[in-house]
Amino acid sequence: MTEEHATTTPLNPRLQEIVDDFRDVPDKDRLQLLLEFSQDLPALPERYAGHRDRMEPVPECQTPLFLAVEVEPEPGPADQQTVHLYFDAPAEAPTTRGFAAILHAGLDGLGADEVLATPPEFSSQLGLAELVSPLRLRGMAAMLSRIKRQVIQHRAAM
Amino acid sequence: MALPQDSAPKFQEYAHPEMIVSTEWVAQHLDDPGLVVAESDEDVLLYETGHVPGAVKLDWHTELNDPVTRDYVDGAGFARLMSEKGISRDTTLVLYGDKNNWWAAYALWVTKLFGHPDVRLMDGGRAKWIAEGRPLSTDTPKRSPAEYPEIDRDDQRIRAFKDQVVAHLGQPMIDVRSPGEYSGELLHMPDYPQEGALRGGHIPGATSIPWARAAAEDATFKPRAELEAIYQGEAGLSPGDDVVVYCRIGERSSHTWFVLQHLLGFGHVRNYDGSWTEWGNSVRVPITRGTSP
Repeated sequence: MTEEHATTTPLNPRLQEIVDDFRDVPDKDRLQLLLEFSQDLPALPERYAGHRDRMEPVPECQTPLFLAVEVEPEPGPADQQTVHLYFDAPAEAPTTRGFAAILHAGLDGLGADEVLATPPEFSSQLGLAELVSPLRLRGMAAMLSRIKRQVIQHRAAM
Repeated sequence: MALPQDSAPKFQEYAHPEMIVSTEWVAQHLDDPGLVVAESDEDVLLYETGHVPGAVKLDWHTELNDPVTRDYVDGAGFARLMSEKGISRDTTLVLYGDKNNWWAAYALWVTKLFGHPDVRLMDGGRAKWIAEGRPLSTDTPKRSPAEYPEIDRDDQRIRAFKDQVVAHLGQPMIDVRSPGEYSGELLHMPDYPQEGALRGGHIPGATSIPWARAAAEDATFKPRAELEAIYQGEAGLSPGDDVVVYCRIGERSSHTWFVLQHLLGFGHVRNYDGSWTEWGNSVRVPITRGTSP
């Protein structure tokens, strides 16, 4: 693989580890890894389960996905706020679930500033474009941009 | 050595009963030599979560399309793909997938561009197989590569290009997208990604028959009489008509193409795969907005 991506903004260590895991497995196992992520997407807590009206739809994903973002403490000092992410996608949409699980594993519980610093094109570093197709990958970029926008909105509301 | 037809009474009503099999037929013939079952889904990982035992995966996006040009694979690429999947020219190929066989019908249409002699859809697709409690497997079958000849793709019979659609204006055309896309309120399917059309509406003269109307609740095709009521009654088409079908990128319209050509026996149906993502971006082609053709 080329090092072209190395010039982009560095990833937080957790996201970097995920990217490394994807890059380290051979092509044929990369989809399997994505499937394992999709199986590990945490279930929704009670306040969101069955309450899609409390979540934001992400229509850019091929199968609709719902997303909720919480920032705590809210209000609070900007440098001490952490972000929590919740995703709802059906079992029949494993690719979308896998993308959501990557973002959950890489960003949930991080500081708001760290989440906002995630480079928008980071999904291109996972080596999935040829296996999944760039069109399908756009869904992950859309989830990330919606997460960031919600974090900014939570801050502005304080 | 084609496998026998499915003799289920519902299929005998269709114009080409040899193009469709039931889940039960597949279950009974799974181990027959000469049969390859292939799953083709919208979601690229669904196959990996469990599939019909022995079925291979055929992905529309990463395998049937050319990676650079907006086109399908060529004869050499198709031969290579079929060979890898263990499919030879005399294999009975049965396709199935998610979402009412939407993507399976698309894959079937592509195999017909190369004239694969015996290809069939499994009625009801993945959803029906699962609903009936039939077994799923996560094992990827190891098939030995097959010999598949390089066949030139025939883009004349069942495929239409933009210029041909311009020349076809005024003749029968079916727009299979959602009502909002047809009228021009929406540029893409509700809840689906925007795939980049600059203008909304439909091709003048096209009748709106959303593709999923051909499917019953359980994802199977409706019986022939119900299909005739929709396409020949409501849309006013006749089996002798020269018909063009289109959607957004040509996938949903493959499903309708299958219904018209193979279930109702229309003689000349072409799928315009450029569809709205081409038409809605083209300079100076006519567009109609609103709910009337």
